[in-house]
Amino acid sequence: MRIGVTYDILRWEERDILEKGRRMGMEVIPIHLDEVIFSMDGNGVKSQTLGEMDSIIQRSISHTRAYLTSALMESAGYMVFNGSSTIERAGNKAIASSLLSSRGVPTPKTVVGLQREVALKAAHTLGFPVVIKPVEGSWGRMTAKAEDEDSLWSFMEYQEGTSLKYRNVFYLQQFIRKPGRDIRVFVIGDEVPVGIYRINDSNWRTNTALGAKAEPVDINSELRDLALKAREVFGGIFLGIDVFEDPKEGYLVNEVNTVPEYKNTARVTGYDITGTLLTKLREASRK
Amino acid sequence: MAQLKCPICGGQVSVEDDALPGELVEHECGAQLEVFKKNETLSLRLAEEVGEDWGE
Ligand SMILES: Nc1ncnc2c1ncn2[C@@H]1O[C@H](COP(=O)(O)OP(=O)(O)O)[C@@H](O)[C@H]1O
Ligand SMILES: [Mg+2]
Ligand SMILES: [Zn+2]
Repeated sequence: MRIGVTYDILRWEERDILEKGRRMGMEVIPIHLDEVIFSMDGNGVKSQTLGEMDSIIQRSISHTRAYLTSALMESAGYMVFNGSSTIERAGNKAIASSLLSSRGVPTPKTVVGLQREVALKAAHTLGFPVVIKPVEGSWGRMTAKAEDEDSLWSFMEYQEGTSLKYRNVFYLQQFIRKPGRDIRVFVIGDEVPVGIYRINDSNWRTNTALGAKAEPVDINSELRDLALKAREVFGGIFLGIDVFEDPKEGYLVNEVNTVPEYKNTARVTGYDITGTLLTKLREASRK
Repeated sequence: MAQLKCPICGGQVSVEDDALPGELVEHECGAQLEVFKKNETLSLRLAEEVGEDWGE
């Protein structure tokens, strides 16, 4: 079994995949994306730099590169996890929220507008405070909470002044009064084996990249069902799903991460995420 | 251990023989460095700033 790992920065996760894979008797090949070339002509897409692979795990830290190279590797005939369509749809918060909503997965109330005045008006249907996020973003970057119309207006102005692709698209969301934490659950294949609370008493943004503390969470059947429902929407073999606990509405799916980091989860739970991922990958590659 | 040159201070940096491109190394001068492949040999460059589209 030959499995490729495409990456840019070698984080703890990528290193663990290389080491565990070898220990499990698989040939795991690191593929630094800087070195990859795709050639295309009338005879199809080829990448000599990639060679023969049974499947490929996408671990690029860059959303753009992950999406693009998953798509090109698919065209070249490789089996890639996660695939480009999963990465594309989950990585765009506007599209992701719309898909969750249309498939009946509980998710925070959200409005998307393409013009500042119009979006501001729509924000009133959510009630303040309102959360504004870049349509494509991560690690909590540029996610802001506007207490009133005045500050929301300023945040929108600031967003328009950035170089973001979606700087003129306003993604606004009701602020969920979650209890100083949110939940990150992992879907691996068709299982939901592990998750953590991400706890932060001083920052409402509970990304571990922003200092939240990780603690193991019990995956009850409701959480499991919710995570599997999200997987039905986006597909993919490995997902990190952010869930909020709303005091009134219960669990809400906030977003789905398609190249999830799991160092902290592995550390505090002791669960071997990499091992399960590789086992699922081996099963999928045989199909 | 391979001895590479720090592109910032010019000092020596010890890197594991099995280091891979994309690996991050902090040098004693404070520079955050990244291993990369140049003409089939490992070399060091200043690590990229966190990109706008980076993250999970
Ligand atoms: N609507 C919201 N209500 C309350 N907290 C939120 C809301 N949206 C985001 N957050 C907080 O901000 C963090 C980052 O937001 P998220 O949508 O997950 O974007 P990112 O892709 O940057 O992780 C979340 O983990 C959560 O703690
Ligand atoms: Mg998140
Ligand atoms: Zn130096």
